[in-house]
Amino acid sequence: MKSQSIGQLALAAAAVAYLLSVYFASSPVWMGFTINALIIAVVAMSWNITGGFGGLSSFGHAALYGTGAYASAILQVKYGVNALVGFAAGILAGAAMGAFIGALAFRYGLRGSYFALVTLAFAEVLRICASSFEFTGGGSGLQLKLAPGLANLQFADRTVVYTALLIVVAVVMILTALIKYSRFGAYLIAVRENEDAARALGIDTYRIKVQAMAISGAFGGLAGVLYLQLWLFIDSTVVYGSAVSVEALIGPIIGGAGTVWGPLLGTLGLHLLGEGAKHLLPNAPGLNFVLYAVVLICALRFLPQGLVGLAGKFGAFTKKQEADDA
Amino acid sequence: MSSLIFPAVLSGLMMGAVYALVALGLTLIYGVLHIINFAHGSLLMLALYAVYFLWYHLGIDPYLAIPIVLPAFFALGYALQRGLIAPMSSGSEQNVLLITLAVSMIIDNLALYFWTSNTRTADIAYAYDTVEILGAYLPLGRVIAFCAAIAVAPLLWCFMAYTKTGSAIRAVAIEKRGAELVGIDVNHTYAICFGIGTACVALAACLLLPTFYITPQVGYTFVLVAFTTVVLGGMGSLPGALIAGLLLGVIESLCGLFLGESLGQIGIFLAFILILLFKPSGLLGRAR
Repeated sequence: MKSQSIGQLALAAAAVAYLLSVYFASSPVWMGFTINALIIAVVAMSWNITGGFGGLSSFGHAALYGTGAYASAILQVKYGVNALVGFAAGILAGAAMGAFIGALAFRYGLRGSYFALVTLAFAEVLRICASSFEFTGGGSGLQLKLAPGLANLQFADRTVVYTALLIVVAVVMILTALIKYSRFGAYLIAVRENEDAARALGIDTYRIKVQAMAISGAFGGLAGVLYLQLWLFIDSTVVYGSAVSVEALIGPIIGGAGTVWGPLLGTLGLHLLGEGAKHLLPNAPGLNFVLYAVVLICALRFLPQGLVGLAGKFGAFTKKQEADDA
Repeated sequence: MSSLIFPAVLSGLMMGAVYALVALGLTLIYGVLHIINFAHGSLLMLALYAVYFLWYHLGIDPYLAIPIVLPAFFALGYALQRGLIAPMSSGSEQNVLLITLAVSMIIDNLALYFWTSNTRTADIAYAYDTVEILGAYLPLGRVIAFCAAIAVAPLLWCFMAYTKTGSAIRAVAIEKRGAELVGIDVNHTYAICFGIGTACVALAACLLLPTFYITPQVGYTFVLVAFTTVVLGGMGSLPGALIAGLLLGVIESLCGLFLGESLGQIGIFLAFILILLFKPSGLLGRAR
């Protein structure tokens, strides 16, 4: 964290201030809204590992999210397994799915459009399977029994849910920072910048990329489990639908791909924008996605490093540090 | 059962030809710009609505709408690439991919807003007249679509092989910098390509309307199959897209017959994963 600018610190402080202000707003609507945004932020952080650091843009992160949610739900509903075990199993299932997709896709060095298509196809196959088979609840989805209590990871009090989510988000961000500044993170960034050069330097790029997909899968599975424990209900469209995949990639790109704060900032910013637009635009489902798309196009053109990159231009501590950040 | 297989294969081929037509546009754009156009399905949906409204409000027959819709969508594709995708992407392939995704989100959700999610169908009198082919009865609309789609592939191939614009497109596809140096307007060529790709979709819409339904999500069902077609055929290969489209139509039809209607598309995606496992360069693609 040695190379932050004043602008970036201010941006991070604003996000923290917003998240803390939710405690004092005593508005269940705001809290519910922020809880949803935070779950999406975790998927965004999952996408950020591969898409941001590794430069591998996935268009099907719903595959990881949904697998985590379904693994936990099936264990709990069909086998009566404890929610805590289901929680861990969801994360592991997400990681396994990530590693599997990665191993398959990277075996032939697929990237760019190819990788985008493969991930999209996997999410779609899983969605159709989940809506067709009996053990996934078919079209009617899976419903957890309502049983509030720590052992079941269900909390009646929304403030407790919110606090738990904040802790999870903080842990994922700390892990992201550890990855970014680790040797592994440096390898992954090298793969993004120039894969051939990275391989020439002796980096096992295949292994690095599959590992990145596994970590991304673990985070994605985690987000899916969080969704399940919050709503106690999932079906194939909700967790494997393309809306999840789209939200996973838009947040980090707008916030700043390959940064620790980018996914959180981008997702929060977008959701706040979408919520604000609800009061200005006619209330119709989907119009917020039109807005997201317009913001995405503008961000690609005018904010190549996202919000974090933009903030980095304000009050950099020294010239050299600014160069480090970019 | 065996008496059902032959008609299923035939009707699969009919549908497959339309998949091929949609995929031809996609593979052409991929071959030159090296990106998958994620807005392809949305443009198909838009074209279907255009043809539908021409029929509904002005009484123009879908087949007679071809000379109106085709140039209009060529212009739309050209403008989209020249006016939005090229200037906003700053030359990065990944950005182009993301912008096409954003364009599809805009088109899909605006369609949902303006036209609601109601399913519409055009009740055209002759659409379900049947034609007997080798003992199988097929809807006339599908047979016409099949013939037209099959005819387009060689036309497109000849265009690429024998015209000046076609040569320019191939030159840009192979070596962008070199093409620029010999005086080819690369941005114009990219936009032409995008225009032709979009025109393919418009033609597919005219052929589909008589025998298909329209919703704002209809593009999605087609585009995933088209992606698979492009990969199976070999990214950028026109003959590959044709063969792969027909093959996938048959696979879908047979899976629907044996596994049940809702699992018909599973066969397509399984085929997709198997290709990736064993031959990611596709049937007719160059080794990567």
